[in-house]
Amino acid sequence: MVGIVGYGAYVPRYRIKAETIAHQWGMDPEAINRGLQLIEKTVPGQDEDTITISVAAAKNALKRAQINPQEIGAVYIGSESHPYAVKPSGTILIDALGIGPHVHVSSFEFACKAGSEAMYVAYSHVKSGEMKYALGIGADTSQGAPGDALEYSASAGGAAFIMGSEKVLAEILFTNSYTSDTPDFWRREGESYPRHGGRFTGDPAYFKHIMGAANALLEKSNMKPEDFQYAVFHMPNGKFPQEAGKRLGFTKKQLEVGWIVPLMGNTYSGSSPTGLAAILDVAKPNDMIFMVSFGSGAGSDGFIYRVTDELPKVQDRAPKLRDMLDKNKIHLNYGEYAKFRRKIKLNE
Amino acid sequence: MITARYHREIPQRYRLEAAKCSSCGNISFPPRLVCPECKARKFETIKLNDEGKLITYTVIRVASDKFSKETPFAVGIVELNDGVRLTTQIADAEPEELSIGQKVRLVFRRIQEDGKAGILCYGYKAVII
Repeated sequence: MVGIVGYGAYVPRYRIKAETIAHQWGMDPEAINRGLQLIEKTVPGQDEDTITISVAAAKNALKRAQINPQEIGAVYIGSESHPYAVKPSGTILIDALGIGPHVHVSSFEFACKAGSEAMYVAYSHVKSGEMKYALGIGADTSQGAPGDALEYSASAGGAAFIMGSEKVLAEILFTNSYTSDTPDFWRREGESYPRHGGRFTGDPAYFKHIMGAANALLEKSNMKPEDFQYAVFHMPNGKFPQEAGKRLGFTKKQLEVGWIVPLMGNTYSGSSPTGLAAILDVAKPNDMIFMVSFGSGAGSDGFIYRVTDELPKVQDRAPKLRDMLDKNKIHLNYGEYAKFRRKIKLNE
Repeated sequence: MITARYHREIPQRYRLEAAKCSSCGNISFPPRLVCPECKARKFETIKLNDEGKLITYTVIRVASDKFSKETPFAVGIVELNDGVRLTTQIADAEPEELSIGQKVRLVFRRIQEDGKAGILCYGYKAVII
Protein backbone atom coordinates (compact mmCIF):
# COMPACT_ATOMS: atom_id res chain seq x y z
CA MET A 1 0.00 0.00 0.00
CA VAL A 2 1.46 3.38 -1.07
CA GLY A 3 0.04 6.77 -0.22
CA ILE A 4 0.15 9.72 2.15
CA VAL A 5 1.87 8.99 5.47
CA GLY A 6 1.99 12.59 6.69
CA TYR A 7 0.28 15.81 5.62
CA GLY A 8 0.34 19.40 6.78
CA ALA A 9 -0.87 22.78 5.62
CA TYR A 10 -0.12 26.41 6.36
CA VAL A 11 -1.78 29.74 5.58
CA PRO A 12 -0.47 33.16 6.67
CA ARG A 13 -2.23 35.22 9.33
CA TYR A 14 -2.94 38.25 7.13
CA ARG A 15 -6.12 38.72 5.06
CA ILE A 16 -7.68 41.25 2.73
CA LYS A 17 -11.42 41.27 2.03
CA ALA A 18 -12.64 41.12 -1.56
CA GLU A 19 -14.81 44.18 -0.85
CA THR A 20 -11.69 46.17 0.19
CA ILE A 21 -10.11 45.45 -3.21
CA ALA A 22 -13.39 46.21 -5.00
CA HIS A 23 -13.69 49.61 -3.26
CA GLN A 24 -10.12 50.44 -4.25
CA TRP A 25 -10.89 50.02 -7.95
CA GLY A 26 -14.44 51.43 -7.93
CA MET A 27 -16.05 48.04 -8.51
CA ASP A 28 -19.30 46.80 -7.01
CA PRO A 29 -18.39 44.44 -4.13
CA GLU A 30 -21.73 42.64 -4.47
CA ALA A 31 -21.10 41.90 -8.14
CA ILE A 32 -17.60 40.61 -7.36
CA ASN A 33 -18.94 38.38 -4.61
CA ARG A 34 -21.71 37.07 -6.86
CA GLY A 35 -19.38 36.43 -9.78
CA LEU A 36 -16.33 35.02 -8.03
CA GLN A 37 -17.81 33.86 -4.69
CA LEU A 38 -14.85 35.18 -2.73
CA ILE A 39 -15.11 36.76 0.74
CA GLU A 40 -11.44 37.28 1.57
CA LYS A 41 -8.00 35.93 0.77
CA THR A 42 -4.79 35.20 2.62
CA VAL A 43 -1.84 37.57 2.23
CA PRO A 44 1.76 36.60 3.00
CA GLY A 45 3.58 38.54 5.70
CA GLN A 46 6.47 40.69 4.51
CA ASP A 47 8.88 37.96 5.64
CA GLU A 48 6.95 35.05 4.10
CA ASP A 49 7.43 33.42 0.71
CA THR A 50 7.01 30.03 -0.97
CA ILE A 51 9.98 28.65 0.98
CA THR A 52 8.79 29.72 4.46
CA ILE A 53 5.25 28.51 3.68
CA SER A 54 6.64 25.17 2.45
CA VAL A 55 8.73 24.77 5.60
CA ALA A 56 5.72 25.51 7.85
CA ALA A 57 3.50 23.02 5.97
CA ALA A 58 6.21 20.35 5.87
CA LYS A 59 6.84 20.72 9.63
CA ASN A 60 3.16 19.95 10.18
CA ALA A 61 3.43 16.94 7.84
CA LEU A 62 6.43 15.65 9.83
CA LYS A 63 4.50 16.10 13.11
CA ARG A 64 1.81 13.81 11.73
CA ALA A 65 4.13 11.27 10.07
CA GLN A 66 6.59 11.10 12.99
CA ILE A 67 9.33 9.73 10.75
CA ASN A 68 13.06 10.39 10.67
CA PRO A 69 13.53 13.26 8.14
CA GLN A 70 16.80 11.61 7.06
CA GLU A 71 14.77 8.80 5.49
CA ILE A 72 13.13 11.17 2.99
CA GLY A 73 14.73 10.47 -0.38
CA ALA A 74 13.21 13.23 -2.50
CA VAL A 75 11.80 16.74 -1.94
CA TYR A 76 9.82 18.52 -4.64
CA ILE A 77 8.25 21.96 -4.22
CA GLY A 78 5.73 23.02 -6.83
CA SER A 79 5.12 26.76 -7.12
CA GLU A 80 4.88 29.64 -9.57
CA SER A 81 6.42 32.01 -7.03
CA HIS A 82 9.75 30.40 -6.21
CA PRO A 83 11.78 33.22 -4.59
CA TYR A 84 14.84 32.49 -6.73
CA ALA A 85 14.80 32.24 -10.53
CA VAL A 86 17.95 30.10 -10.20
CA LYS A 87 18.33 28.12 -6.93
CA PRO A 88 15.82 25.45 -5.98
CA SER A 89 13.51 26.30 -3.08
CA GLY A 90 13.92 22.78 -1.70
CA THR A 91 17.63 23.30 -0.98
CA ILE A 92 16.68 25.73 1.78
CA LEU A 93 13.80 23.58 3.03
CA ILE A 94 15.91 20.44 3.48
CA ASP A 95 18.44 22.26 5.62
CA ALA A 96 15.65 23.79 7.72
CA LEU A 97 14.07 20.39 8.36
CA GLY A 98 17.18 18.24 8.73
CA ILE A 99 16.58 16.27 5.51
CA GLY A 100 19.51 15.13 3.39
CA PRO A 101 22.12 15.85 2.11
CA HIS A 102 21.51 12.46 0.43
CA VAL A 103 18.23 13.59 -1.11
CA HIS A 104 16.93 14.42 -4.60
CA VAL A 105 15.60 17.99 -4.72
CA SER A 106 13.88 19.94 -7.45
CA SER A 107 11.56 22.91 -7.99
CA PHE A 108 8.49 22.18 -10.09
CA GLU A 109 6.55 24.69 -12.17
CA PHE A 110 3.25 24.19 -13.98
CA ALA A 111 1.10 27.21 -13.10
CA CYS A 112 -1.45 26.11 -10.48
CA LYS A 113 -0.79 22.38 -10.71
CA ALA A 114 2.90 22.36 -9.77
CA GLY A 115 1.92 21.11 -6.29
CA SER A 116 0.01 18.06 -7.53
CA GLU A 117 2.93 17.35 -9.90
CA ALA A 118 5.27 17.30 -6.90
CA MET A 119 2.87 14.93 -5.12
CA TYR A 120 2.58 12.69 -8.18
CA VAL A 121 6.34 12.33 -8.66
CA ALA A 122 6.91 11.80 -4.92
CA TYR A 123 4.25 9.06 -4.93
CA SER A 124 5.77 7.43 -8.03
CA HIS A 125 9.23 7.24 -6.42
CA VAL A 126 7.85 5.37 -3.41
CA LYS A 127 5.65 3.14 -5.56
CA SER A 128 8.64 2.13 -7.70
CA GLY A 129 10.52 1.11 -4.56
CA GLU A 130 13.26 3.66 -5.23
CA MET A 131 12.97 5.20 -1.75
CA LYS A 132 11.14 4.82 1.57
CA TYR A 133 9.66 8.33 1.75
CA ALA A 134 9.30 11.30 -0.63
CA LEU A 135 7.93 14.76 0.08
CA GLY A 136 5.74 16.67 -2.37
CA ILE A 137 4.69 20.25 -1.63
CA GLY A 138 2.44 22.80 -3.33
CA ALA A 139 2.87 26.38 -2.12
CA ASP A 140 2.57 29.86 -3.56
CA THR A 141 2.49 33.56 -2.83
CA SER A 142 0.47 34.17 -5.96
CA GLN A 143 0.74 37.29 -8.07
CA GLY A 144 -2.22 39.24 -9.43
CA ALA A 145 -1.84 42.58 -11.23
CA PRO A 146 -3.42 45.60 -9.47
CA GLY A 147 -7.00 46.03 -10.65
CA ASP A 148 -7.05 42.69 -12.50
CA ALA A 149 -9.68 40.06 -11.68
CA LEU A 150 -6.85 37.87 -10.37
CA GLU A 151 -6.17 40.37 -7.57
CA TYR A 152 -9.36 39.22 -5.79
CA SER A 153 -8.17 35.63 -5.68
CA ALA A 154 -4.33 35.41 -5.79
CA SER A 155 -3.42 34.40 -2.24
CA ALA A 156 -0.78 32.58 -0.18
CA GLY A 157 -0.59 29.16 1.43
CA GLY A 158 0.46 25.60 0.86
CA ALA A 159 0.29 21.96 1.80
CA ALA A 160 2.90 19.23 2.13
CA PHE A 161 2.47 15.47 1.70
CA ILE A 162 4.93 12.78 2.71
CA MET A 163 4.45 9.67 0.58
CA GLY A 164 5.37 6.27 1.95
CA SER A 165 4.27 2.66 2.30
CA GLU A 166 4.11 2.15 6.09
CA LYS A 167 1.36 3.54 8.32
CA VAL A 168 -0.38 5.01 5.28
CA LEU A 169 -3.11 7.57 6.15
CA ALA A 170 -4.67 7.72 2.70
CA GLU A 171 -3.85 5.13 0.06
CA ILE A 172 -3.52 6.39 -3.51
CA LEU A 173 -5.53 3.98 -5.64
CA PHE A 174 -5.56 5.64 -9.07
CA THR A 175 -3.99 8.63 -10.83
CA ASN A 176 -4.50 10.22 -14.21
CA SER A 177 -3.05 13.30 -15.92
CA TYR A 178 -4.53 15.22 -18.85
CA THR A 179 -2.37 17.82 -20.66
CA SER A 180 -2.50 19.93 -23.83
CA ASP A 181 -1.08 23.16 -25.28
CA THR A 182 -3.69 25.69 -24.14
CA PRO A 183 -2.50 29.30 -23.72
CA ASP A 184 -5.11 30.38 -21.15
CA PHE A 185 -2.78 32.00 -18.60
CA TRP A 186 0.94 32.73 -18.71
CA ARG A 187 3.75 34.93 -17.45
CA ARG A 188 6.67 35.74 -19.72
CA GLU A 189 10.23 35.84 -18.36
CA GLY A 190 10.89 39.08 -16.45
CA GLU A 191 7.23 40.10 -16.20
CA SER A 192 5.91 40.90 -12.71
CA TYR A 193 2.36 39.70 -13.20
CA PRO A 194 0.71 36.91 -15.20
CA ARG A 195 -1.66 37.55 -18.11
CA HIS A 196 -4.76 35.54 -18.93
CA GLY A 197 -7.24 34.97 -21.71
CA GLY A 198 -10.32 36.21 -19.78
CA ARG A 199 -13.30 33.98 -20.58
CA PHE A 200 -10.99 31.62 -22.52
CA THR A 201 -9.73 30.39 -19.12
CA GLY A 202 -13.11 28.66 -18.58
CA ASP A 203 -14.40 26.03 -20.98
CA PRO A 204 -11.37 25.45 -23.27
CA ALA A 205 -8.95 25.45 -20.34
CA TYR A 206 -10.14 24.78 -16.77
CA PHE A 207 -13.22 22.71 -17.55
CA LYS A 208 -11.78 20.77 -20.50
CA HIS A 209 -8.75 19.60 -18.49
CA ILE A 210 -10.55 18.99 -15.20
CA MET A 211 -13.25 16.98 -16.98
CA GLY A 212 -10.66 15.17 -19.10
CA ALA A 213 -8.66 14.00 -16.09
CA ALA A 214 -11.75 13.35 -13.95
CA ASN A 215 -13.66 11.30 -16.51
CA ALA A 216 -10.60 9.18 -17.30
CA LEU A 217 -10.05 8.62 -13.58
CA LEU A 218 -13.65 7.49 -13.07
CA GLU A 219 -13.39 5.17 -16.05
CA LYS A 220 -10.03 3.75 -14.93
CA SER A 221 -11.31 3.10 -11.41
CA ASN A 222 -14.74 1.92 -12.56
CA MET A 223 -16.25 4.23 -9.93
CA LYS A 224 -19.08 6.75 -9.92
CA PRO A 225 -19.27 10.20 -8.23
CA GLU A 226 -21.64 8.79 -5.58
CA ASP A 227 -18.92 6.34 -4.49
CA PHE A 228 -16.97 9.24 -2.92
CA GLN A 229 -17.46 11.05 0.39
CA TYR A 230 -15.37 14.05 -0.71
CA ALA A 231 -14.22 15.74 -3.90
CA VAL A 232 -11.86 18.67 -4.41
CA PHE A 233 -10.97 20.51 -7.60
CA HIS A 234 -8.57 23.35 -8.28
CA MET A 235 -10.12 26.56 -6.94
CA PRO A 236 -9.27 29.63 -9.07
CA ASN A 237 -12.45 31.23 -7.68
CA GLY A 238 -15.52 30.03 -5.83
CA LYS A 239 -17.59 29.31 -8.90
CA PHE A 240 -15.42 27.09 -11.14
CA PRO A 241 -14.93 24.12 -8.78
CA GLN A 242 -18.64 24.07 -7.94
CA GLU A 243 -19.48 24.07 -11.64
CA ALA A 244 -16.91 21.34 -12.40
CA GLY A 245 -18.35 19.21 -9.60
CA LYS A 246 -21.89 19.74 -10.90
CA ARG A 247 -20.95 18.80 -14.48
CA LEU A 248 -19.33 15.58 -13.24
CA GLY A 249 -22.24 14.65 -10.99
CA PHE A 250 -20.83 15.48 -7.55
CA THR A 251 -23.10 17.12 -4.97
CA LYS A 252 -22.44 20.30 -2.99
CA LYS A 253 -22.14 18.18 0.15
CA GLN A 254 -19.24 16.22 -1.34
CA LEU A 255 -17.49 19.46 -2.28
CA GLU A 256 -18.08 21.69 0.74
CA VAL A 257 -15.27 20.50 3.07
CA GLY A 258 -12.52 20.99 0.50
CA TRP A 259 -14.10 24.18 -0.93
CA ILE A 260 -11.96 26.57 1.10
CA VAL A 261 -11.53 29.23 -1.59
CA PRO A 262 -14.13 31.76 -0.30
CA LEU A 263 -12.00 32.34 2.82
CA MET A 264 -8.53 31.55 1.46
CA GLY A 265 -8.48 32.67 -2.16
CA ASN A 266 -6.54 30.81 -4.82
CA THR A 267 -3.21 29.63 -3.44
CA TYR A 268 -2.29 28.54 -6.98
CA SER A 269 -0.01 25.47 -6.58
CA GLY A 270 -1.34 25.11 -3.04
CA SER A 271 -5.03 25.26 -4.03
CA SER A 272 -6.34 21.69 -4.40
CA PRO A 273 -3.56 20.36 -2.07
CA THR A 274 -4.79 22.62 0.78
CA GLY A 275 -8.36 21.56 -0.05
CA LEU A 276 -7.20 17.95 0.29
CA ALA A 277 -5.57 18.80 3.65
CA ALA A 278 -8.90 20.26 4.87
CA ILE A 279 -10.61 17.00 3.88
CA LEU A 280 -7.97 14.82 5.57
CA ASP A 281 -8.48 16.88 8.76
CA VAL A 282 -12.00 15.44 9.10
CA ALA A 283 -12.15 12.27 6.96
CA LYS A 284 -12.85 8.86 8.51
CA PRO A 285 -11.50 5.38 7.70
CA ASN A 286 -12.68 3.98 4.33
CA ASP A 287 -13.82 7.40 3.08
CA MET A 288 -13.06 7.84 -0.61
CA ILE A 289 -11.63 11.18 -1.84
CA PHE A 290 -11.57 12.43 -5.44
CA MET A 291 -9.08 15.19 -6.31
CA VAL A 292 -8.30 16.92 -9.61
CA SER A 293 -5.89 19.85 -9.89
CA PHE A 294 -5.57 22.27 -12.80
CA GLY A 295 -2.60 24.23 -14.04
CA SER A 296 -2.82 26.71 -16.87
CA GLY A 297 -0.88 26.02 -19.96
CA ALA A 298 -2.63 23.53 -19.41
CA GLY A 299 -3.07 20.30 -17.51
CA SER A 300 -4.80 18.43 -14.68
CA ASP A 301 -3.65 15.71 -12.30
CA GLY A 302 -6.27 13.43 -10.78
CA PHE A 303 -5.98 11.22 -7.71
CA ILE A 304 -8.31 8.79 -5.94
CA TYR A 305 -7.54 8.22 -2.25
CA ARG A 306 -8.94 5.76 0.27
CA VAL A 307 -8.61 6.77 3.93
CA THR A 308 -7.17 4.13 6.27
CA ASP A 309 -7.58 3.40 9.99
CA GLU A 310 -4.33 5.35 10.62
CA LEU A 311 -5.72 8.80 9.74
CA PRO A 312 -7.78 9.48 12.91
CA LYS A 313 -4.67 8.77 15.02
CA VAL A 314 -2.72 11.69 13.50
CA GLN A 315 -5.34 14.33 12.65
CA ASP A 316 -4.82 16.22 15.94
CA ARG A 317 -1.00 16.13 15.88
CA ALA A 318 -0.78 19.40 13.91
CA PRO A 319 -3.00 22.45 13.30
CA LYS A 320 -6.05 21.90 11.09
CA LEU A 321 -6.62 24.02 8.01
CA ARG A 322 -10.10 25.29 8.88
CA ASP A 323 -8.80 26.50 12.26
CA MET A 324 -5.98 28.35 10.51
CA LEU A 325 -8.51 29.98 8.17
CA ASP A 326 -11.10 30.86 10.80
CA LYS A 327 -8.96 32.04 13.73
CA ASN A 328 -6.26 34.57 14.50
CA LYS A 329 -6.68 36.81 11.45
CA ILE A 330 -5.30 40.31 10.83
CA HIS A 331 -7.18 42.21 8.10
CA LEU A 332 -5.23 44.68 5.98
CA ASN A 333 -6.45 47.79 4.17
CA TYR A 334 -5.50 48.17 0.50
CA GLY A 335 -2.51 50.40 1.26
CA GLU A 336 -1.05 47.91 3.72
CA TYR A 337 -1.75 45.10 1.25
CA ALA A 338 0.02 46.98 -1.56
CA LYS A 339 3.03 47.46 0.73
CA PHE A 340 3.07 43.81 1.83
CA ARG A 341 2.89 42.61 -1.78
CA ARG A 342 5.56 45.12 -2.92
CA LYS A 343 3.20 46.77 -5.37
CA ILE A 344 4.48 50.24 -4.47
CA LYS A 345 7.47 51.59 -6.37
CA LEU A 346 10.14 52.81 -3.93
CA ASN A 347 13.43 54.63 -4.23
CA GLU A 348 16.37 52.22 -4.23
CA MET B 1 28.32 40.06 0.06
CA ILE B 2 27.16 38.10 3.12
CA THR B 3 27.09 34.61 1.57
CA ALA B 4 29.94 32.96 3.52
CA ARG B 5 28.85 34.14 6.97
CA TYR B 6 25.20 33.31 6.25
CA HIS B 7 26.12 29.80 5.11
CA ARG B 8 28.24 29.24 8.23
CA GLU B 9 25.33 30.12 10.53
CA ILE B 10 22.69 27.91 8.82
CA PRO B 11 22.66 25.15 11.52
CA GLN B 12 21.79 27.71 14.21
CA ARG B 13 19.50 29.97 12.21
CA TYR B 14 17.54 27.17 10.45
CA ARG B 15 17.54 24.31 12.94
CA LEU B 16 18.32 25.94 16.31
CA GLU B 17 21.37 23.75 16.77
CA ALA B 18 23.17 24.54 20.03
CA ALA B 19 26.27 23.20 21.78
CA LYS B 20 25.79 21.35 25.08
CA CYS B 21 28.99 21.18 27.12
CA SER B 22 29.98 17.53 27.66
CA SER B 23 31.60 18.50 30.95
CA CYS B 24 29.11 20.77 32.79
CA GLY B 25 25.97 20.56 30.61
CA ASN B 26 25.79 24.31 29.92
CA ILE B 27 24.07 25.06 26.60
CA SER B 28 25.67 27.68 24.32
CA PHE B 29 23.61 29.25 21.56
CA PRO B 30 25.11 30.06 19.17
CA PRO B 31 27.69 27.30 19.72
CA ARG B 32 31.09 28.27 21.13
CA LEU B 33 34.56 26.72 20.96
CA VAL B 34 35.11 27.07 24.72
CA CYS B 35 32.41 26.61 27.38
CA PRO B 36 31.91 29.98 29.15
CA GLU B 37 31.08 28.14 32.41
CA CYS B 38 33.81 25.48 32.78
CA LYS B 39 36.20 26.26 29.89
CA ALA B 40 35.84 22.72 28.49
CA ARG B 41 36.16 22.25 24.72
CA LYS B 42 33.98 19.18 24.10
CA PHE B 43 30.33 19.70 23.09
CA GLU B 44 27.36 17.67 21.98
CA THR B 45 25.15 19.20 19.27
CA ILE B 46 21.53 19.49 20.42
CA LYS B 47 18.41 20.96 18.83
CA LEU B 48 16.65 23.55 20.98
CA ASN B 49 12.96 23.35 21.80
CA ASP B 50 11.15 25.82 19.52
CA GLU B 51 8.66 27.02 22.15
CA GLY B 52 9.15 29.41 25.05
CA LYS B 53 7.99 32.68 26.54
CA LEU B 54 8.58 36.36 25.91
CA ILE B 55 10.89 37.80 28.57
CA THR B 56 10.89 41.37 27.29
CA TYR B 57 10.43 43.28 24.05
CA THR B 58 10.65 46.67 22.40
CA VAL B 59 8.81 48.08 19.42
CA ILE B 60 11.02 49.42 16.62
CA ARG B 61 9.44 52.43 14.96
CA VAL B 62 12.55 53.89 13.32
CA ALA B 63 14.56 51.07 11.80
CA SER B 64 17.79 50.80 9.84
CA ASP B 65 17.47 51.22 6.06
CA LYS B 66 17.12 47.48 5.41
CA PHE B 67 14.09 47.16 7.71
CA SER B 68 12.60 50.66 7.42
CA LYS B 69 9.61 49.49 5.36
CA GLU B 70 8.62 46.88 7.96
CA THR B 71 8.04 49.26 10.90
CA PRO B 72 6.55 49.09 13.41
CA PHE B 73 7.87 45.66 14.44
CA ALA B 74 8.87 44.14 17.76
CA VAL B 75 12.18 42.65 18.82
CA GLY B 76 12.27 40.66 22.02
CA ILE B 77 14.20 38.31 24.26
CA VAL B 78 12.66 34.84 24.27
CA GLU B 79 13.40 32.15 26.85
CA LEU B 80 12.96 28.75 25.25
CA ASN B 81 11.58 25.82 27.25
CA ASP B 82 15.09 24.42 27.71
CA GLY B 83 16.24 27.64 29.38
CA VAL B 84 18.19 29.19 26.49
CA ARG B 85 17.51 32.88 25.88
CA LEU B 86 17.84 34.50 22.48
CA THR B 87 17.04 37.82 20.81
CA THR B 88 14.61 37.65 17.93
CA GLN B 89 12.12 39.63 15.90
CA ILE B 90 8.47 38.93 16.76
CA ALA B 91 6.54 38.37 13.53
CA ASP B 92 2.84 38.60 12.62
CA ALA B 93 1.97 40.71 15.66
CA GLU B 94 0.49 44.14 16.20
CA PRO B 95 2.51 45.89 18.96
CA GLU B 96 -0.59 46.16 21.17
CA GLU B 97 -1.05 42.36 21.10
CA LEU B 98 2.24 41.76 22.92
CA SER B 99 2.80 41.27 26.64
CA ILE B 100 5.66 39.98 28.77
CA GLY B 101 5.30 36.29 29.64
CA GLN B 102 3.36 35.41 26.48
CA LYS B 103 3.95 31.96 25.02
CA VAL B 104 5.76 32.04 21.69
CA ARG B 105 7.04 29.63 19.07
CA LEU B 106 10.02 30.11 16.76
CA VAL B 107 9.10 29.86 13.08
CA PHE B 108 11.10 29.89 9.84
CA ARG B 109 11.00 33.26 8.10
CA ARG B 110 12.92 35.45 5.71
CA ILE B 111 15.25 37.61 7.83
CA GLN B 112 16.88 39.89 5.28
CA GLU B 113 17.87 40.27 1.65
CA ASP B 114 21.34 41.07 0.39
CA GLY B 115 20.16 43.94 -1.80
CA LYS B 116 17.90 43.54 -4.82
CA ALA B 117 19.98 40.85 -6.54
CA GLY B 118 21.84 39.18 -3.65
CA ILE B 119 20.94 36.14 -1.62
CA LEU B 120 17.85 35.81 0.56
CA CYS B 121 18.60 35.08 4.20
CA TYR B 122 16.31 32.89 6.30
CA GLY B 123 16.18 32.11 9.99
CA TYR B 124 13.98 32.12 13.08
CA LYS B 125 11.46 34.65 14.33
CA ALA B 126 8.97 34.30 17.16
CA VAL B 127 5.18 34.26 16.78
CA ILE B 128 2.62 34.35 19.57
CA ILE B 129 0.86 31.01 20.25
